[in-house]
Amino acid sequence: MNHRVRPAMPTLSRRDALRIAAGSAALAVTGSRAQGASDVANAIAAFTGGRAPEAGSITLDLAAAVEDGNSVPLSVTVESPMRPDDHVSEILVVADANPWPRVASFQFSPTAGKAAFSTRIRLAADQNVIVLAKMNDGRIFTARQHVEVTIGACTN
Amino acid sequence: MTTQPRIRMPKLAKKGEVIQIRTLVSHMMESGQRKDASGKTIPRNIINRFSCTFNGRPVLACDIEPAIAANPYLEFSARVEESGTFRFTWAADDGMVISASEKITIR
Repeated sequence: MNHRVRPAMPTLSRRDALRIAAGSAALAVTGSRAQGASDVANAIAAFTGGRAPEAGSITLDLAAAVEDGNSVPLSVTVESPMRPDDHVSEILVVADANPWPRVASFQFSPTAGKAAFSTRIRLAADQNVIVLAKMNDGRIFTARQHVEVTIGACTN
Repeated sequence: MTTQPRIRMPKLAKKGEVIQIRTLVSHMMESGQRKDASGKTIPRNIINRFSCTFNGRPVLACDIEPAIAANPYLEFSARVEESGTFRFTWAADDGMVISASEKITIR
């Protein structure tokens, strides 16, 4: 296996530059970062573009209760043939009581063969994990699971 | 600090087969929420982007937030129609980029 590590660069990436610009703009408007429920609504609205999500098509494999919020296994599968004319293009994961509700967003190409992934997430407290999937034709599907967390992911 | 990423996937596949790829990279995923002993916030430093390509074409990419656990694990699939090379890239907030590649052959 080839392996390469490039050391830290002092320059700003385009992504960072955009993030800073967006952050400054938000501060100028509101005076502080939006908190809580509005963060969740904003993250979802940015993904759906206002289109109403439909139920179904998503299998969310996530425990209803976990002891340790620092590493919670999450698997998501969306029913799709993953053909160029019919595939999942994007999946967003949101945790509605985390200090920063966005967890991750995935961009799929039909080459992925299956619209599925597994990872491990951090949950700060009892909350809902919400998954949204966007199809190439613009349809949105959603699923959610409430998770009780005994010891939240450390935030201090 | 950084160790080689671990990638598990088959070396051989049938044409059109959907294979499973499992990846794990060592990284503390410092969330930016924690404080040190003196009460100062420890600056955020996470892997913020992962991508996988096959023969130069995108398979899957992921924008990652601090809510992905330390030592990010990601399992996903790919449909393989030809022999070739998968390339994997992880990019961190501090500019560090980790790359790896794996070859697969159609039998």
